[in-house]
Order: sequence, then structure tokens, then C-alpha cells
Amino acid sequence: MSEQLTGAQALIRALEHAGVDTVFGIPGGAILPAYDPMLDSTQIRHILVRHEQGAGHAAQGYASTTGKVGVCMATSGPGATNLVTPIADAYMDSVPMVAITGQVASASIGTDAFQEADIRGITMPITKHNFLVNDPNDIASTIAEAFHIASTGRPGPVLVDVTKDAMQATVDFQWPTELSLPGYRPVTRPHPKQVREAARLIAAAEKPVLYVGGGVIRAKASAELKELAELLGIPVVTTLMARGALPDTHELHFGMPGMHGSVSAVGALQRSDLLIALGARFDDRVTGKLSSFAPDAKVIHADIDPAEIGKNRHADVPIVGDCKEVIGDLIGALKTEIAGNGKTPDYSAWRGLLDSVKAKYPVGYDEPEDGSLSPQYVIQRIGQIAGPDAIYTSGVGQHQMWAAHYLPFEKPLNWLNSGGLGTMGYSVPAAMGAKVARPDATVWAIDGDGCFQMTNQELVTCALEGIPIKVAVINNQSLGMVRQWQTLFYDKRYSNTDLHSARIPDFAKLAEAMGGVGLRCSDRESVDATIEKAMAVTDAPVVVDFVVHRDAMVWPMVAAGTSNDDIQIARDMAPNWDSEEL
Amino acid sequence: MSKHTLSILVENKHGVLARVAALISRRGFNIDSLAVGPTEHPEISRMTIAVSVDEQPLEQITKQLNKLVNVIKIVELEPTQTVQRELVLVKVKADTLTRGQVLETVQLFRAKVVDVAPDAITIEATGNPDKLEAMMRVLEPFGVRELVQSGMVAIGRGGRSISDRSLRPVPVPPPHVASGAPALQARPAGQSAPTPGGPAATQSHPVPAPPPGTRPAAPARHG
Repeated sequence: MSEQLTGAQALIRALEHAGVDTVFGIPGGAILPAYDPMLDSTQIRHILVRHEQGAGHAAQGYASTTGKVGVCMATSGPGATNLVTPIADAYMDSVPMVAITGQVASASIGTDAFQEADIRGITMPITKHNFLVNDPNDIASTIAEAFHIASTGRPGPVLVDVTKDAMQATVDFQWPTELSLPGYRPVTRPHPKQVREAARLIAAAEKPVLYVGGGVIRAKASAELKELAELLGIPVVTTLMARGALPDTHELHFGMPGMHGSVSAVGALQRSDLLIALGARFDDRVTGKLSSFAPDAKVIHADIDPAEIGKNRHADVPIVGDCKEVIGDLIGALKTEIAGNGKTPDYSAWRGLLDSVKAKYPVGYDEPEDGSLSPQYVIQRIGQIAGPDAIYTSGVGQHQMWAAHYLPFEKPLNWLNSGGLGTMGYSVPAAMGAKVARPDATVWAIDGDGCFQMTNQELVTCALEGIPIKVAVINNQSLGMVRQWQTLFYDKRYSNTDLHSARIPDFAKLAEAMGGVGLRCSDRESVDATIEKAMAVTDAPVVVDFVVHRDAMVWPMVAAGTSNDDIQIARDMAPNWDSEEL
Repeated sequence: MSKHTLSILVENKHGVLARVAALISRRGFNIDSLAVGPTEHPEISRMTIAVSVDEQPLEQITKQLNKLVNVIKIVELEPTQTVQRELVLVKVKADTLTRGQVLETVQLFRAKVVDVAPDAITIEATGNPDKLEAMMRVLEPFGVRELVQSGMVAIGRGGRSISDRSLRPVPVPPPHVASGAPALQARPAGQSAPTPGGPAATQSHPVPAPPPGTRPAAPARHG
């Protein structure tokens, strides 16, 4: 099967062969040839965004809520450099994504030509792999390789930079029947001996915890996780990236660990004698001061990326493999182990302790004394009204942490946020991508007033393309998380964190100007009615400006660089560990 | 910290040296020496990298390097089981008074003179890093005008080869593609299509081989 095509036609044809149905992008000089055949494609819907960063985050949103590869496209130079932030974000959070960029003609490379930037060099440290294609004959095979690399093993972003002359040349199109990647061979199948060793440690443990990370979501291993946890009654904590991997309402779920984790989740890790880390990477936001993290615990560390194992914390039993296969095999090995021992391990005393901690220190908040709206309440009500079937995205900061605590996480793939890179501005374009991928789902972007002002122009895209997302701007008129740190650690010297966004901009009017519906709410009584009103809009994007108390803080908190044992449930209030006899 | 020598087989493709060097640098490690050149398989290049790190970071560096798609294989070469060589060209001050003494040093270290001027001699020497260091200590008092040194290259002793076909990685499994499109099959390793040579396809910097007349500093062991 071969036919004469231009390189640009070959590129679009290759994307079709790779199964692409949506591309988020903006044309420009160097990528122009590719946009001509794009017009003829019946398979690919191109969504014209308003900023390339929006294209990248939208591709992330599309990918994170489906597991499919998200695709974004931009021209050379500034178009490509505007993709850098979402690419770095996708790299940190292991999102399968392919970014296609135009490059100046190969004869002009290196001459500082108009809109020339070495995007391959720029993105080397933030992509799983990247390519510069200057031979039209390589276009199809490179696209095939890019999609294979992005979607297999530990998922990640792959950038394909294609020169303009390669797109303009004529080529004999051939979709490859084989891939030449001798140095790429991800291990998905765990080693049976390691799995048996893990089962032996679990059976011998008294206080095990399943420390579940985003890898379980990416591997779509929620059902296996539930079976594993229930098999022996092992307590589970889910990290920020893994919210929804096990339902929050499950009796074995003890919350989210980390800097702003629940006392029960942080306590479970700190007091454990065995961490079973699944698709988690011992991030500093989870471990706090590494030397005092879970000091008495042995570690079973399963991850598809061998480089994560032993990177921050020594693993007593390392297991390289896909979480779905690891957990499945571990269930089998545990059954064998138990049958061999003739007795089932009993963790009920351990669970009892954690239950009492969970009951004594629930995640909660105080209403503001001045009667203003509490941000936590708003987020909680959105979650209760929209329910666990809705998809939630968030930006980065206080609203992100509140969302992580108060939204109803019952299902995987319904919670999208920027965990590793911490990219403000992620939520609106990610919500757009998620809504395109799953048009039947309600999609709420829980955003902050700071974040929203970074990428809100994609509401125009949503209005014009018929992508009715809902945005809750949790407007505390400041860069809230930074302000919280200034309150706690900088003697309330509020340097450059006041955004004055109670007045400027008028978010509701801004939404109207961009073709959406704008709502505003500043009192507790009208919260439900406003959310219902937003829920009733199905043909346009909605923005609700929730004007909230500006001094609300995120608790619990483990101050940066301190031990998890020093967690505070509110300012100057630490849990009484001794009385818990943990 | 201890010295380690890594031998890295990479695809002979555009930009691979930049990927490897940048990765080591951004993970916070220093390269003591790096040499890269072609191997007996035209599609594969070999890098020899000497780094000074502890065991644990070395493991992390190796794992991170292994994640690079163009890296095929990494082997740490044990110094006792390895032949290591560097090449040095050094221009030493030598007039009629000192020339004899300099030439004596050249002979002692089995080096050779490759250029002579009225006031200087240029010496070519090959050997393991210790030998070259020793030679330089002797030459320094005469006055070193100019010095250039290659990165270290190293090869394991004995009959085994790290680039043996039997040791090559297994092919990748076929990826998922949209229904209707033909399924992809991995091409067996070693049969990869040659890289198209673009104008910038000059990533490998071959290390000059020791000249034919150079004898090894130590007799090769059988093993």
C-alpha cells in the first residue's frame, strides 16, 4: 500500500493511522503546509485554540480522562515555545501526549531564521523522547514511533518537529509495518520472584499501607487495587495524582497523604511497618523531610519506571512492571502465601487505630467569622451537586488542595490536575480537552482567581467550538497559597499577592464577553441556586465567580522541609500522637 | 566518591551525544571524561564515560540513561577486567640542552615524538590514565607549552563483546493502532534503517585510535 502524497498529507494521514480524532492547535508559517490537508480530514477534528499553552493542556485533559494519546500542534519558534509548559507538565505527570511542531526549512536551520527555535533541544529534558524530521520519508514512521513511545511504558510527552520543506516535498506514503526502536523496551510484566517476596513481606507485616500513586490511574488498575485492599483489609492512601483510584467512601480509604494531607493518611504512612507503593514516586510533597518519612517501614516499590525505584527511598522489594499486572500478580501470590502459611494476617488492630485517628481528626474547616463565603463550602457543594460522575479539573494552589479534599472521588479518570509541575492555568484548557474527549460528562474546572487569569482565553474556544465546560473561580482576590505562606512564614508581609480581583476584572462580564454565561455568588445562601443555574446551562461555557473569604487557609499542613510527624491540623495545633498510642 | 567507567551503546543518530551529556549534567553529575565513536556495527556508536560518583547515584544515573530511547545498552566496566586507554599530545619545551632528557622520558614511557621544532618537541603517548599522569609529572619540569588529551576509551578483557548480537535487546511489542490500520511489528534489532544523513548529522566525534607503533603499557591478560 503506497501512494504519492506531500509530506504534509503524509503527516495528516499518519495521524489518522495512529487513531487520532482530535488535534488542539494553532497554525503559523512553518506548520502551514500541514493545515491544508487538515481541512480535508474527515477523521480529525481540529480545535483552534487561542494560545498554544491551551492546546497543550487541552491535549493533557483529553489524554488524562481517557488514557488515549492527546495531540497538540503548533508552528515553529514562539508557537513551539508556548508548548513548553504543557509538555513539561505532561512529563512530570506521565501524560501520554504527542506534540507536533513545524520547523523552518532544513536549509535555514541554524541561521537564526524568522521564527526559528531549536525546540528539539529546548524540550530534550522535558520529553520522553523527541524527533526532528527533515526527510519526508521519515514522517510516517516517526509518527508511529512517537505514538508508541508516548503511550507505552511510563506514558509521557513526545515532540515531533517537522521541517517545512519536508512537508512540502512529495513522498511515497507508507505506514510502517515495523518499528525500529532497539533501545526502547519497557518492562510491564513483573518478575514472579519479586512478587512472591512482596507477598511474603505483606503476610509478615503488622501495619501495612497501600501507598497509591498516579500510576494506578494511568494503568487503569482501580478494580485490581480494590480487590487487593479488600483481600486482607489493607489500609489505602491515595496521593493527589491518584484521587479516585479507590473510592473515598471505601472503609479502607484513609485519605490523601502529603503536605496538605489528612492526619489519618499521613499518620498511616508515618506509623506503618510496610509501605506498598504502587505507581507512586515518593515525591517531596508526600514524604516531607525524607529522613524522617515512615521511619519504621520496609518498602515494596512497584513502578513501571525502574528509575523511580530507589530514587528517593530505598526499596526492600523493588518490582518493575505495569501496576495492573503487578497488582493482579500480587493478589495471586498473596493467596498462595496465605494458603501456604495456613493463616490469614490480621490487621484489624492497625485499622482500628487509623479509624480512631480518622474519626478524631477528620478533614474539615471553620466557617469565616466575618460571615463571608468559605471556599471549602463552595467546592464541597459543587461536588455534592455535580456528583462523582462529573469530571473535575483544578489549577494549582489553595483551591486545588480544597478540591482534593472535598470533591467526591469515587471513580478513576475523573480528577485532572497539575501535580508534579504545579502549573497555574492548567484547569480551564484541561477541562476543555476533557469535555471534548467525554462530551457526555459534566466537566467542572475548579479554578482560582490567579490561575484563571492565566489561561481563561480558552473560554472563547469553548464558546465557538461548542464545548460547554463549567468554571468555578474560587475568588479570594489573591494568590492564596503564596499569601498563606506569607501569613505563616513571612510575618504577614503580603508582597505582591493581592490581585484585587474582587473588582478587576469582573469575571462574570469577562465570561459574557467571551461568549459564555457569567454568574456571581458571594453568600452561602445562594451557593446551591447558583450551582444549579450553572448546571442548567448546557450550550455554552459558564463561569461562576465565587467571591470567598480571603484569609481561609489550607489545613492540615506539613511545613516545607519539616517532618510529616510535625503535621498541624490548624495553626499551632498538632495532633496528639502520644494519646493515639500509634 | 569513586571513579566508574560506563560503556554505553547508542543508536548512531543525530543529537544522541547532546541527550546523554545533558542528562548527566542536569541530574547534577560531572563527567570526568567522555569519548564517542563508531563501532563494528555502523548503526551503533559507543560512548565511554568516566564519572566520579557514589554507588547509589551511579545506579540512578544508569537508570536515567537507560530511559533515553536512543540508548541501547549500558555496561559498567570493572577496572581490573578492562583495558583503558587515553591519548595525549603534549608540546614540551626542549632546546639543545634539554632535548636529550626529554627524549629519554619519551622512551621510558614508550611514547613517541611526532613533531620537533628548535625550541619544542611534540609527544604522542597512549596509555591508561595512571601512566599518562606519571609521564606528565616527569615532563612538567621541562615546561609544557600545550596539552591536548582524548577522552578515555575502554574495552573488556576476554572474548566476550558487549555489542554481540545475542546481547542486543529484544524487539518492542507491536503498539495499538486504530482499527483498519495495519498492525505494527517491531523490526528485529540490528536491522534498523540507516539514519538519513542531514547537514547536521555529525554527532559522533571519533576518538583517534592509537598509532600502530604504540605498544600497550601492560601485557594483555588472557581471561
